[in-house]
Amino acid sequence: MDMSLFSNLALGFGVALTPINLMYCLIGVLLGTLIGVLPGIGPVATIAMLLPITFSLSPITALIMLAGIYYGAQYGGSTSAILVNLPGESSSVVTCLDGYQMARQGRAGPALATAAIGSFFAGCVATVIVAMFAPPLAEVALKFGPSEYFSLMVLGLVAAVVLAHGSVVKAVAMVILGLLLGLVGTDVNSGVLRFAFGVAELADGIGFVTVAMGVFGTAEIITNLELKDKREVFTSKVTNLFPSKDDFKRIWKPILRGTALGSMLGILPGGGALLSSFGAYTLEKKISVNGHMFGKGAIEGVAAPEAANNAGAQTSFIPLLTLGIPSNAVMALMIGAMMIQGIAPGPQVMTEKPQLFWGMIASMWVGNLMLVVLNLPMIGLWIKLLTVPYRILYPSILVFMAIGVFSLSNNPFDVLQMMLFGLLGYVFVKLACEPAPLLLGFILGPLMEENLRRAMLLSRGDPWVFFQKPISAGFLIASILLLVILALPALRKKREEAFQEG
Amino acid sequence: MKIKSPQDFWAGLMFIVFGLFFLIVARDYQMGTAVRMGPGYFPTVLGGILAVLGAVVLLTSFTMSGPKVPKLSFKPIFFISLGLILFGYLLKPIGFVLSVVVLVFVAAFGGHEFKLKEVAILAVILVIFSVLVFVKGLTLPFPLWPAFLD
Repeated sequence: MDMSLFSNLALGFGVALTPINLMYCLIGVLLGTLIGVLPGIGPVATIAMLLPITFSLSPITALIMLAGIYYGAQYGGSTSAILVNLPGESSSVVTCLDGYQMARQGRAGPALATAAIGSFFAGCVATVIVAMFAPPLAEVALKFGPSEYFSLMVLGLVAAVVLAHGSVVKAVAMVILGLLLGLVGTDVNSGVLRFAFGVAELADGIGFVTVAMGVFGTAEIITNLELKDKREVFTSKVTNLFPSKDDFKRIWKPILRGTALGSMLGILPGGGALLSSFGAYTLEKKISVNGHMFGKGAIEGVAAPEAANNAGAQTSFIPLLTLGIPSNAVMALMIGAMMIQGIAPGPQVMTEKPQLFWGMIASMWVGNLMLVVLNLPMIGLWIKLLTVPYRILYPSILVFMAIGVFSLSNNPFDVLQMMLFGLLGYVFVKLACEPAPLLLGFILGPLMEENLRRAMLLSRGDPWVFFQKPISAGFLIASILLLVILALPALRKKREEAFQEG
Repeated sequence: MKIKSPQDFWAGLMFIVFGLFFLIVARDYQMGTAVRMGPGYFPTVLGGILAVLGAVVLLTSFTMSGPKVPKLSFKPIFFISLGLILFGYLLKPIGFVLSVVVLVFVAAFGGHEFKLKEVAILAVILVIFSVLVFVKGLTLPFPLWPAFLD
């Protein structure tokens, strides 16, 4: 195992270091940073936008670029959090608290550098963790039957509910609505056309790119247009980038703790960058000797969550690569990207396509190196970008989204669908219904139905099969426990507080 | 009874409508049995659950107080939607260049202020950039100009 880890990583670097993959990795991380810096467009909309373009790339190149966008966005998000007090990315929400205070005290440089160093360290560690834990997990997953898969998906969806803001019942309802929307189109078992109402374009189902772009892209633009454009940028204050010796003494432990916590939370179904950064900030505030300084410009409050969100972003690839189960909305899109390329996501990817698997892991380390080398010198450019007013930004985003969606199948119907889902997404925002669980349900809908059917066929219609198989029972019990804990009033209050803090 | 949480009231209603919609339409598909599920089985079960959850949300809106539904702003909704539809359905008849211009101008009306010169410059830049990147670079099969000019 240990020796094969090295040979596997060597194989991966062989793939990741080819000129074309290096180039697309660079494009991915730069784009990721760009959209991370810019508030109002996130990795979900960007990856959805770029999916059609990846048709023409080889699978590994496409995935390397898309992955780069996700972790690149974590770097970029911290820049606008520190300089403008606006989280460019939802996972940078907690970075605003202390990062912006540091910037106001004239210490924007060290804050930015701390975020970059923390992210890079976490990225390196997370790459190794993915390489170490993915193979044994995939091995276990190879033994999964339909009942295990079904129960695992239930757990993943429940976890998505845990992460949603606000009402639990509403989040569960959003998951179910997503599952239902995912069923539109031809039923693979019977060939019956469901919920298509004679629309020929719906035979293949609703495109998840159009759903993602509508709900996360169009709806977001409409919501942003309601707010007045008000930003305050600390452009002149970024001098003296490097943290002092004293700063280093203060940040190394928080970075270590943030990395460890982020890596763990990223692996959980439903986890990822967002949960990790919140968790790390809360933990650090509790145990740091400078805990009382938090919220007033404590450098530890930047170091820990920034390390954690990057670690979490990367380890959230573990469930995707080993089980084929997305743990968050971005991973759901990565599944879509794999399917577009004709790759069925799941444990067999590692054995059948080792180049793809290890190449992607190695590219994460390469991408992190690029980010830390490029980003600090490029901070001036990102600051300039932040001064671009939204009235210039949003028509540009809209044009790229429209082009991306249209090129899916050269059909105006896709653009119409995106618009309709944009309206629906806007209604969701107004009614405080979170869209991320819907997208997860949407992706998992057909898979869940398929596995449910198979499991029930094998068990001759006995639903207890899900509790008789130990692994499947474990997943279901974990899901039930999660839901019960969520319903407990004490914890509910804690969860609301945690979201309040952002 | 008085609605104490309008947001939950409308959300609950929305879930009920969606749930019943899927439930009723799924009646046209075969249910099958638990062993061999027909195309109607899964959607019927899910539609039912969704409607019940919607009812729960709706009922709690009468007992627990919550925030109001924020005002909808129809100006951005209208112009963003219109811009997208025009882009989609005009692309083939009038070509890529003009439909990008149409989208930029219509979308710009949805914002707080509309500066003709600024929007015009933005449209030109976006046209040049997207033609170079998407049509020339990525060779997407879009007609550049209206059909009658070709």
